[in-house]
Amino acid sequence: MLNPKLKLNTKIFNDDVEQIPIRKGFGEGLALAGEINKNVVALCADLTESTQMHLFKDKFPKRFIEIGVAEQNLVTVASGIAAMGKIPFCSSYAMFSPGRNWEQIRTTIAYNDRPVKIVGSHAGISVGPDGGTHQALEDIALMRVMPNMDVISPCDAIEAKKATLLLAKTKKPAYLRLAREKTSIITTEDTPFEIGKAQIFWVPDVGLAQVGIIVTGSLMYRALLAAKELETEGTRPGQQGGIKTKVMNLSSIVPIDTEAIITLAKECKAIITVEEHQVSGGMGSAVAEVLAQNYPVPMEFIGVQNLFGQSGSPDELIEHYGMGVKDIKKAVEKILKRKVAN
Amino acid sequence: MFLTEEKIKKLKKTANNIRQSIIEMLVEAKSGHTAGPLGMADVFTFFYFHVLKHNPKDPFWEGRDRVILSNGHICPVLYATMAHSGYFPVEELKTLRKFGTRLQGHPHREYMPWLENSSGPLGAGLSQAVGMALADRMDEKDKERFIYCFMSDGELDEGNSWEAIMLAGKNKLRNLITVVDRNNIQIDGYTEHIMPLEPLADKWRSFNWNVIEVGGHDFKFLNKAVEKAQENKDGPTVIIAHTIPGKGVKEFERDYKWHGIVPNKEQGEMALKELKEAAYSL
Repeated sequence: MLNPKLKLNTKIFNDDVEQIPIRKGFGEGLALAGEINKNVVALCADLTESTQMHLFKDKFPKRFIEIGVAEQNLVTVASGIAAMGKIPFCSSYAMFSPGRNWEQIRTTIAYNDRPVKIVGSHAGISVGPDGGTHQALEDIALMRVMPNMDVISPCDAIEAKKATLLLAKTKKPAYLRLAREKTSIITTEDTPFEIGKAQIFWVPDVGLAQVGIIVTGSLMYRALLAAKELETEGTRPGQQGGIKTKVMNLSSIVPIDTEAIITLAKECKAIITVEEHQVSGGMGSAVAEVLAQNYPVPMEFIGVQNLFGQSGSPDELIEHYGMGVKDIKKAVEKILKRKVAN
Repeated sequence: MFLTEEKIKKLKKTANNIRQSIIEMLVEAKSGHTAGPLGMADVFTFFYFHVLKHNPKDPFWEGRDRVILSNGHICPVLYATMAHSGYFPVEELKTLRKFGTRLQGHPHREYMPWLENSSGPLGAGLSQAVGMALADRMDEKDKERFIYCFMSDGELDEGNSWEAIMLAGKNKLRNLITVVDRNNIQIDGYTEHIMPLEPLADKWRSFNWNVIEVGGHDFKFLNKAVEKAQENKDGPTVIIAHTIPGKGVKEFERDYKWHGIVPNKEQGEMALKELKEAAYSL
């Protein structure tokens, strides 16, 4: 069941669950952050509406800077603005920022310690028809390897809004990863959110969980559907009440909630990670680094298996590249066998 | 800016001292860059001892002009000039590039917090200066101070440089003054062989910059150039400073090979002797 402590959206499993693009939560959060703090400024590289930055621009035109199609300039100009005491958010598609301008981010923002917030929209395979050039599947790896860089990948629009408001208050560089497509609303305004804290969204009705599913970003909805189906279906013969899982929302990839991950591994003794990203170097790798050093358990990684994407609908692509509900369920069944073999 | 003959003499002496410090630092460090720092010694001396609004005793003073060094590899001239201005002891210059030093091989704010930026990878300094100038305009501080950016000619090969030049021209940033060290060399050879930049002044002009060309070793000319740049109300100004790489030491001058190597002990002694002899005649 949904963790009752977190005040999640009770209508999440209804057919008419509200769907909003995660990037829109960012746009609304930024406009609100602009009201709260006059030092919040915004820069964009010719994708103002796409990245939902127009919500800020319309309210604060003098605090918005149009950079043009120049992502290297986008982040380095932001570094200079931050040097004068401002909190710049700069947005583009994740494939171009941080995809194209990684070294500039490293030197002028992370190394230089300037509180610039890099917002990579249209991350993941669910970008869809635009095809492989526009589907950022490496950005978590690129950014989490960089010292002095927080990496946040919200699961829905409401969490994206909260993350944006929090990032506007921190004095650190950060990367905010956003998805393009409409995503089911999972959290509510009352769901707590903290940078560096993981949360358990799904818990067994009774007893301990057999598998821990750790998710970042837009695949959370699918992971919750999988958890629900596993619990009610009872896919393993002879087992009553199906498979019990816990689903963790790891939207804060850096800093990572080491303690919560170890606690989950101790309870479940098997972990699956789920992300719209290459499996190498992504959130799953970050979890593996934590567990290998502290409490090794069998793991399965749901994500893109060292491939580029292609055109298609988001659903088609998520299924094709093995990140759908049935793939998550299959991974759970597989890891249960591995667990027994251990 | 009022510049007397007496002040010019003083500036010349200071620049000579800074060049001596650069040689001493590089010999001690056993690695680094020689031609650029020596070539820009007069320009840095002129700015730190005549142009800049700054206070070495209060380095974080809010009203200070901002200085961005884009081509971080010439940092020996920045460090030496800052030490001679009183930011830190001249003796500390000998720690350049050594473990635990504040004087990193390429400048880093974490180790020396009163630097405005960390730099090394080329082509990213001007855009930071553009960001600073934009921020000051937003806060209506663009008439109170200038943002200065020192950059090299070689780093104009970088696309990021031109992205910044385009944005500054678009926004008519009159509070932004850039000095290009036009020394015609880069690591692999002469700029016009590696990647021709000419007609350089026309290129900047076509991006809506005010362009001033000046000899980079004459304080009177530099003074006029900076005055003109500060008085310009239309937009950003670039001062293309024609300098001699390795200036001050005959054996190093104009030879691109001295871009990325340093003098050994004997070459250092020879260079110091030449600089000291030049100082007597000042």
